[in-house]
Amino acid sequence: MTKAPVRKPVPATRSTVSLKLLMAVTGLLLVAFLFAHMTGNLKLFVGPENFDHYAHWLRTLGTPLLPETWYLWIQRAGLTVALIGHIAAATILARRARKARPVRYAHRPKVQGSYAARTMRWGGVIVLLFVIYHILDLTTGTVNPAGGDSEPSARVIADFAPGRWYVTLFYTLAIVAVGLHLRHGIFSAVRTLGQRSPRGERRARQAALVLSLVLVIGYLSVPFAVLTGLVG
Amino acid sequence: MELWENGDPIRDEAAPDGPIETRWERRRFSAKLVNPANRRKLSVIVVGTGLAGGSAAATLAEAGYRVRSYCYQDSPRRAHSIAAQGGINAAKNYRNDGDSVYRLFYDTVKGGDFRARESNVYRLAEVSVNIIDQCVAQGVPFAREYGGLLDNRSFGGTQVSRTFYARGQTGQQLLLGAYQAMERQIAAGNIEMHARHEMLELIVVDGRARGIVVRDLVTGEITTDLADAVVLASGGYGNVFFLSTNAKGCNVTATWRAHRKGALFANPCYTQIHPTCIPESGTHQSKLTLMSESLRNDGRVWVPLSASDKRPPGDIPEDERDYYLERIYPSFGNLVPRDIASRAAKNVCDEGRGVGPGGLGVYLDFADAIERLGVKAVEAKYGNLFEMYQRITGEDPYQVPMRIYPAVHYTMGGLWVDYDLQSTIPGLFVIGEANFSDHGANRLGASALMQGLADGYFVLPNTINNYLAGGPFGDISDRPEVASALSSVESRVQKLLDVDGDRTVDSFHRELGHIMWEYCGMERTEEGLTKAIGLIRGLRDEFWTRVKVPGTGEQLNQNLEKAGRVADFFELAELMCIDALHRAESAGGHFRAESQTPDGEALRHDDEFSYVAAWAFSAEGRPTLHKEDLDFEYVHPSTRSYK
Amino acid sequence: MDIQVRVWRQDGPSDKGRMVSYDVKDISPDASFLEMLDVLNEKLILDGDDPVAFDHDCREGICGMCGMMINGVAHGPERATTTCQLHMRHFSDGDVIDVEPWRAAAFPVIKDLVVDRGAFDSIIQAGGYISAPTGTAPDAHATPVPKADADAAFEAATCIGCGACVAACPNGSSMLFTAAKVSHLGLLPQGQPERDSRVLDMIAAQDEAGFGGCTNAGECTTVCPKGIPLTLIGRLNADYRNALRKG
Ligand SMILES: Cc1cc2nc3c(=O)[nH]c(=O)nc-3n(C[C@H](O)[C@H](O)[C@H](O)COP(=O)(O)OP(=O)(O)OC[C@H]3O[C@@H](n4cnc5c(N)ncnc54)[C@H](O)[C@@H]3O)c2cc1C
Ligand code: HEM
Ligand code: FES
Repeated sequence: MTKAPVRKPVPATRSTVSLKLLMAVTGLLLVAFLFAHMTGNLKLFVGPENFDHYAHWLRTLGTPLLPETWYLWIQRAGLTVALIGHIAAATILARRARKARPVRYAHRPKVQGSYAARTMRWGGVIVLLFVIYHILDLTTGTVNPAGGDSEPSARVIADFAPGRWYVTLFYTLAIVAVGLHLRHGIFSAVRTLGQRSPRGERRARQAALVLSLVLVIGYLSVPFAVLTGLVG
Repeated sequence: MELWENGDPIRDEAAPDGPIETRWERRRFSAKLVNPANRRKLSVIVVGTGLAGGSAAATLAEAGYRVRSYCYQDSPRRAHSIAAQGGINAAKNYRNDGDSVYRLFYDTVKGGDFRARESNVYRLAEVSVNIIDQCVAQGVPFAREYGGLLDNRSFGGTQVSRTFYARGQTGQQLLLGAYQAMERQIAAGNIEMHARHEMLELIVVDGRARGIVVRDLVTGEITTDLADAVVLASGGYGNVFFLSTNAKGCNVTATWRAHRKGALFANPCYTQIHPTCIPESGTHQSKLTLMSESLRNDGRVWVPLSASDKRPPGDIPEDERDYYLERIYPSFGNLVPRDIASRAAKNVCDEGRGVGPGGLGVYLDFADAIERLGVKAVEAKYGNLFEMYQRITGEDPYQVPMRIYPAVHYTMGGLWVDYDLQSTIPGLFVIGEANFSDHGANRLGASALMQGLADGYFVLPNTINNYLAGGPFGDISDRPEVASALSSVESRVQKLLDVDGDRTVDSFHRELGHIMWEYCGMERTEEGLTKAIGLIRGLRDEFWTRVKVPGTGEQLNQNLEKAGRVADFFELAELMCIDALHRAESAGGHFRAESQTPDGEALRHDDEFSYVAAWAFSAEGRPTLHKEDLDFEYVHPSTRSYK
Repeated sequence: MDIQVRVWRQDGPSDKGRMVSYDVKDISPDASFLEMLDVLNEKLILDGDDPVAFDHDCREGICGMCGMMINGVAHGPERATTTCQLHMRHFSDGDVIDVEPWRAAAFPVIKDLVVDRGAFDSIIQAGGYISAPTGTAPDAHATPVPKADADAAFEAATCIGCGACVAACPNGSSMLFTAAKVSHLGLLPQGQPERDSRVLDMIAAQDEAGFGGCTNAGECTTVCPKGIPLTLIGRLNADYRNALRKG
């Protein structure tokens, strides 16, 4: 009898389910960060000074227990580890999935399930590219027109100046990608962590939709406010 | 020329006598045991993974024997038992409604129209209670009541509620239980499973069954497998009719090959025809679908009073309808037993009053039930069945009455076995629907599942020890019988491929089915059966000169598989007709038009026919009849009456 | 009605395979999809061609033997329906219908539309059972089971193991199949002693067989002929997490 190709035994810590658990935990950590980050961003609406003050406060967070900026570095390290864990797991699982279907269907209707669920991987890659750019842009200032020594609010405002519409466009695309990623991702994470009632499923899906909408609107409000001159 | 010869009577030598309540216990005590250390040296082949074969393989492996299992499907979980819907009987008396082992025994002997062995039936009733315990322990999700205890229903017109069920999927759930027990033993290395393998020959050496010849259905490779004993659990042969409620692959090949090697075939003509099936819709029809019998609890069966009435059912006024079951059988009404309901449907259709395509159907009407109970209640009870009906026919049974017609459903006949379930070939055991043992001329609803699991979990694992205690039986791989069995299969396969004619296998099978349904179906006559034998012989000759089997033997070749099965069906069909012809009485599923009461009911002749007809194969086409007399010490034969 | 089918033809496991078109004329709308293929095969045989191989047995939607991708959808356009229970009345005269086998590394093609689903058996072997050797059972009423649990266990146990979930899953994952068995046994008191080892071992077997991981996309439950719900995957995940925690 023909035999299916048998892979090596996979230890429980690297099983598909364990890797998914890792993705869910790291993903939710990143989501929590995104919300905190968004709250900070929205301070721009209160006024550039308020925003800059917040940016400074971040650097002093944890003092005097910790020396200055230590907390921020710990958080960055934590987020980076989470992101790397998340991406590593995603990559391993994506490769396993590809191997699991070596021959594609000749006839495949575009999408039967949710569109968001089908775009997790590509959406994730777009988000990653954006994150890298975003750090170089607003954290280190390397690629920011206002330069690395400027105040944070100045960098933001310089970034989304009407002349640099392409930056805003890329930013928008990336945020929408994050939104789509999380529209499925938040539900998926809850399910991966063991959610199992039909009512809970409806709630988790609704929550995922609402939370990702809030994130998208929250994040997009800043560049559009700059673009339209509401802030600046 | 005579169609058959009369041989010597036979006896069930393994059956204990004495008080019926202790026979099984005494047989278990007198049977030899096998030392656990020796069991690993003994191997058993089990053909079939249905309820009977699956439960036997798991239990024998647990006991320590080396088991090798075979099935033709791609997984043991798909055996035909999976399709059973209604339920499984057990004398638990959980309802405290007067049920007991004795009552189940009594009902089964009577239901079988006094053509079954009392000892076997009593044992079946006795172990029925253990089956439910075993299945619950395995995790079979039977229906439960709000208190958490098992639910029961009454089934097939019995007066006690002794049927355990799992929605409409009882067979599936029971089979998955046995399958999972098997998989556990496969993982433990105690069972070697060969799915997609078909047994094509039995190997008999020194008078003992010692192995089988199998074809790997994927590669086409034909090999032998040798063991100390062979168990056949290959199911029933209803597919000889082409259209039946059986799965498409159900076949007689395993048992027929054993019959050709010397095992007697008992009561082949006893066929159960189920009254509530969805009628044929056209020439493309490939099988028939059973609708649960429970529908008759609330549905009313009718046809138009006049044969010329071709109006749609809704336009036929109440007084121009004939609720014929209620009219003829006022006390049982729509709930008369299967054989009676089936024949009544045939009669009204023969009068030209049938409905639907070809006039082969009667209405099963829920209008009254819907009015009485409301759509909601009817939906709660029968929703999934209504849905199934609608999916198949495209008609909505809430709006228009269902159309139903009888279809072949179960075969009571099978290889003759003694009390130990051993055939006339030592070392060949036969269990489940494949044997003839417990149902006499007619099987009660929810009793086949019971018998399959009784045989596999509890009876065979006890009785086979007595035989295996004499083993191991030595190495026979060099014996000429082994090589000749292998080469006979190879040449038969080649012969089928070589005909290369101009008719497909299915066209022959369909035609054979027509002949059987017409002359050996619900009503049989001497004239019809004699004619049928001639027709079958003619068609069989034509088969061997005109059949076209495409492809080769060295690959997956589904037409080659079918061709082999149909070839064996031809031979079986002839024996069925001969058996039906010789039994000039009506009993259970066998209705001879010559033997009926003035008002058209079945008429038994206990003085002449109170025996099991066990047939020996003859290559010249003249089988020999061996009679096993039936004694009734406990349940005295009476006339079944449902008027 | 007249239709055209484009069927995946593959001579054997090592053949490359291709789609081939056939005209099927005069099909009754009451015929089932498999009966339509029967009619096609009768014609192919008489024309001296190789008939299309496809798996089937009960033709009642319960054995789980049949299954093919019909226009890219596992078991075709009707919800909660196996291929054998799909009828031609759901298609129209002149339709072109694409028919392909289940595609997954763990389900290699044997011939045409026939695949080897033995990997499902190996998942069950790893732990999809309750160890209750024959003869050891207490009375069936010894342990009452709350009706809600019994019903939920039954619901999960209705899986027919056809493989449509794997075929439809963008990741070729068998999570719904495994989750159904883990849930069925895990919901019953009899299934508790082996609950932890069962889920760990079955997932290990599933990974080893080469199935992909679940991304909760839900295409499996959409095509499942028995409507096994996605929530069972959550139940499996919870069991798995508990089992991991206990070590
Ligand atoms: C639609 C339907 C509904 C039913 N409902 C009920 C019910 O509600 N209650 C009840 O009690 N009974 C019911 N029955 C009857 C009952 O299901 C069967 O009688 C019973 O399941 C038979 O079990 P078995 O183990 O003997 O054989 P099967 O389940 O038929 O198994 C036969 C096995 O043998 C294998 N096999 C066959 N031939 C070969 C070969 N040549 N080589 C290798 N392997 C082979 C097959 O692969 C299979 O594994 C129903 C039957 C039908 C058709
Ligand atoms: C801001 C960054 C990110 C956040 C907040 C985030 C969040 C999440 C969450 C919550 C999940 C669900 C986990 C689960 O299914 O259990 C998830 C899944 C996933 N993420 Fe991310 N992610 C981020 C970045 C990325 C990046 C950069 C990639 C890829 C390169 C990526 C790829 C994936 C993939 C493939 C999945 C699994 C698909 C699925 O579950 O359906 N993610 N992500
Ligand atoms: S053939 Fe059995 S489910 Fe379709």
